[in-house]
Amino acid sequence: MFKTIEEPAEGAVEILVEGVAHRVPANISVAAAALLCGLGSVRETPISGAGRLPYCMMGVCFDCLMKINGQPNQRACQVTVAADMTVERQLGAAEYEDL
Amino acid sequence: MDHDCIVIGGGLVGSAVAYGLSRQNQKVAILDGGDRSFRASRGNFGLVWVQGKGWDYPPYAQWCLKAANLWPEFSRQLGEETGTDLCYQRNGGMHFCVNEAEWEERRRILEQNTLHTDGEFQYEMLDHAALAEKVPQISNAVVGASYSHLDGHVDPLSLLHALHQGINRQDVTYVPNQNVSEISGKDGEFQVVSNGTTRSAGKVVLCAGLGNQRLGEMVGMNIPVVVDRGQLMITERIKPFLDWPTLHVRQTGEGTVQIGDSHEKVGLDDGTDPAILQKIVQRAVLMFPFLARVRLVRAWGALRIMTPDGNPIYQQSETCPGAYAVTCHSGVTLAAIHAGTVAEWISGKNDDPLLSRFGTERLHV
Repeated sequence: MFKTIEEPAEGAVEILVEGVAHRVPANISVAAAALLCGLGSVRETPISGAGRLPYCMMGVCFDCLMKINGQPNQRACQVTVAADMTVERQLGAAEYEDL
Repeated sequence: MDHDCIVIGGGLVGSAVAYGLSRQNQKVAILDGGDRSFRASRGNFGLVWVQGKGWDYPPYAQWCLKAANLWPEFSRQLGEETGTDLCYQRNGGMHFCVNEAEWEERRRILEQNTLHTDGEFQYEMLDHAALAEKVPQISNAVVGASYSHLDGHVDPLSLLHALHQGINRQDVTYVPNQNVSEISGKDGEFQVVSNGTTRSAGKVVLCAGLGNQRLGEMVGMNIPVVVDRGQLMITERIKPFLDWPTLHVRQTGEGTVQIGDSHEKVGLDDGTDPAILQKIVQRAVLMFPFLARVRLVRAWGALRIMTPDGNPIYQQSETCPGAYAVTCHSGVTLAAIHAGTVAEWISGKNDDPLLSRFGTERLHV
């Protein structure tokens, strides 16, 4: 659905999105990368389980929460992609291992 | 006459009173403040609480228990009428103690609550083992807890929203962004001037929180208020781990964890202070070490409306009968009784003897 409109000047990095390797422009946000990779939703809400996609892209709406490098509930629009980063959908509320 | 009753203030107190009055077919108007007003109703913790309240003033212990007992029916009816889920739960509540002295002191205080209510207030003191059975994540730093099945909690923002939906359905006139500059007249014929507009009403009820002191003077009442700031934080949504609200940590219906609180005498400043937030967080982490890794989403300050003795004020003006003041800091716990008994008292249909114990004369001896 989404495509880049120009060749990224800073090159590309490889990230792991839901276990699948993707090459994405360096210096874009994880939220942008998730859209670029065609994820149907980036999270499922804790109460109703509804699927969500990034919305405001500026850190306000909290609808782009994802698990990034194992850390739950990260605002994907506020994190820049990096080589070998793992990105997973946030399914429901965060789990802490001693919970 | 424009209205039977003008309620000044549209927070939890004013909304509950107006909701109760309108359900008795009174023609009610609410004059509310604006976005710059100090809004205790938008910053509180959401406890519907009994244990410890009024331990040193028996009428307040009885009043809180009465209010909490009205809550299940109040919540059911308001929720049904407005289609809003208040996330109200009454599973009981706890207070954690971090040393033996605190635990003993807690028992002493709660024993007073039981005495004041002829045994109706019931509680248990849990030692660490009993507490850990109920709350496995509790740290060893917590020596025990008090528990009362009579406590509960609610989403305070949903409560405010539902009350506003309720008054809207009841045809209450709601006017926001008002600054009341003058109240004149007497019972049956009051005139209230706000933003240059005059409205008339048979009765006037002051529910303006910290503003009640200034408004009270307009109708011959001396209503002393004390500002007490509390700071709170809320975390990301996490899997349910705590079934019981406590005075410092509670997990909301949506999974966020609310962490509080502080008592600060800083005047009319509802900001936050990192040094105090840090202390609040440290106490929460002492109780639940895993919270150190949980992300905070937001922190805020809000101003409690306290009276000099901490108990509410329900007072009808002696020099301007028909003018009433309702001042308290427990707008959540008391919402059910404000919509019921207090609204009936204002419309002359209820003369609960407890109400006479909350007049201002106790503060001016």
